[in-house]
Amino acid sequence: MTVLTFVDLTLFVMMVITALAVVRTRSLFATAMLSGVFSLLSALLFITLDAVDVAFTEAAVGAGISTVLLLGTLALTSRYERPNAHSPALPLLVVVVTGAVLVYGTLDMPSFGDPTAPVLTHVAPDYLQRSPHEIGVPNVVTAILASYRGYDTLGETAVVFVAGIGVLALLSGLRRRRRKDEGEDA
Amino acid sequence: MAVSIDFLVGHLNYWLFILLMMTGLYIVVARGNFVKKVVGLNIFQTSVFMLYVSMGKIEGGTAPIFPTDLNIDPEVLYSNPLPHVLILTAIVVGIATTSLALALIVRIREEYDTIEEDVVQEKEAKIVEEENKSFGPALGGQE
Amino acid sequence: MRHHLILRVVTKFLAGTIMLFALYVQFHGDYSPGGGFQAGVIMAVAFILYGIVFSVEHVQRVFPPWLVHKLVAVGVLLYAGTGVYSLFAGYAYLDYTALSPQHPEHGQHYGILLVEAGVGITVTAVMVAIYYAFVGRSPLISDEEW
Repeated sequence: MTVLTFVDLTLFVMMVITALAVVRTRSLFATAMLSGVFSLLSALLFITLDAVDVAFTEAAVGAGISTVLLLGTLALTSRYERPNAHSPALPLLVVVVTGAVLVYGTLDMPSFGDPTAPVLTHVAPDYLQRSPHEIGVPNVVTAILASYRGYDTLGETAVVFVAGIGVLALLSGLRRRRRKDEGEDA
Repeated sequence: MAVSIDFLVGHLNYWLFILLMMTGLYIVVARGNFVKKVVGLNIFQTSVFMLYVSMGKIEGGTAPIFPTDLNIDPEVLYSNPLPHVLILTAIVVGIATTSLALALIVRIREEYDTIEEDVVQEKEAKIVEEENKSFGPALGGQE
Repeated sequence: MRHHLILRVVTKFLAGTIMLFALYVQFHGDYSPGGGFQAGVIMAVAFILYGIVFSVEHVQRVFPPWLVHKLVAVGVLLYAGTGVYSLFAGYAYLDYTALSPQHPEHGQHYGILLVEAGVGITVTAVMVAIYYAFVGRSPLISDEEW
C-alpha cells in the first residue's frame, strides 16, 4: 500500500483547481490555456506513477497539439461563451449519482500500489521476462507496443490516418459565406 | 468490509481521480458551448487515463525500462507496462477525436453562426418547421 | 508577428533544434521513453511553430501540402507493408522473424525500426495537415477584434 505523497496531493489539488476554473470561466481563450495547463499537470502526475512513456506522450499531445488546435478553432469561431440559461440542478444530480456509483465500484479494487493485485499477474510478468530474450529492446513499453501488441498499434495508426482525412474532408473546401444576399466564394 | 485507515488511504487515489472525472462530465453535461464540451471531454478522458495507469503502479517499483546492457537485477520491481501501452494508444485516439470534433465545430459555426447548443437547436427547429410547411404532407410534414 | 523580434530570432534557432530532438526521440525509443508517436508530434510542432511565427506560406514552401497529404498515407503503408512482406515470406502477418530468418532477435529490431518509422511519418504528416487545414480557412473574427 503506497501512501500518496505530498507531491501527488499538490499536483492533484492544482488539477482540481484548474478543472473548476474551466467550469466557471466564460472566456474560451482562458479555457484553451487552462486545458493545456491541465494536460501538463497530468503529465507530471503520470511521472510520479512511474509511467514515463505515457507522461511524454501526454505532454507532447495534450499540452502541445491540443492547445494549438483549440486556439485555431477559436480563431474561426467565437471568443466567449454565452451565460448559461438552464439551472445546474439536473446535471449536478446526474454527476453525483454517477460518481457515487463509480465509488461503489472501486470498493472492491485492490489497494494502490499493491504488489499482489490481480492485474500484475499473468500477462505482465510474462512480458517482462520474455522481452529481453525474444526482442532485446530495453524499453519494454516500445517492445510491447511494436511487437507483442503490434496489431493494436496498426489500428491506432489507422485511426490517426482517418482523423487526418476527416479533417481534410471537412475543412479543405472553399468557405462559402451563407449571407442572405451575397453568394461569394471565399 | 472493515473501514480502516489503511483501506481509506489505499483507495484514496481512485476516489480523487473519480472526482476529476465527474468535473469533466459536469462540463460536458451542463455547459452549452461546444468548445467547452470538447474541453470537458478531454478532462474526463485524461482522468480516466490516470485512474487506469494508477492501477499498474507497484510500491517500490520503477519505470518499465531495463538498463541498456540488459543486465537485469532480479531484485528490482518494474511497474506493469501493459496499462502504459494501452493508455498510449488511448491518448492518440483521443487527440484524433478531438481534432475531428473541432473541425466539425468550425463547420457548425459557418452554417449556423453560433456554437451554442440551444441556439443551434432553435434554428434547426425553425428550419424543420418551414420545410414542413413548404413540402407539405407528402414528405411527412404537417400543414 | 512581424514586430515580435525575439520570437522570430528564437524560432529560427529553435525550429532546427526541435527537429533534431524529434529524430532523437524516434530512434532512441528503444532505449529510453520515446517512440513513433512522441517523435511525430514533436516534429510536427517544429513546423507548426515556424508557421505560427512566420507565415504559413513560408512553411508551405518547405513542406508543401501535396507532400503532406502523400506522407499521411506513406506511413500507414510502411507499417502495413511490413506485415504484408512477412506474409509473402511465409510467416504470419507482422511476424518480424521474416525480416531476418537466421537471427530472430535482429528481425525484431528491424521490424520495430520500420514500424516506428511508419508511425512517426504518419503522425507528423497528420498533425501538419490538420494545422494547414485550420489555418487555410478564412477567419470570421478579424485580428483587431481579438
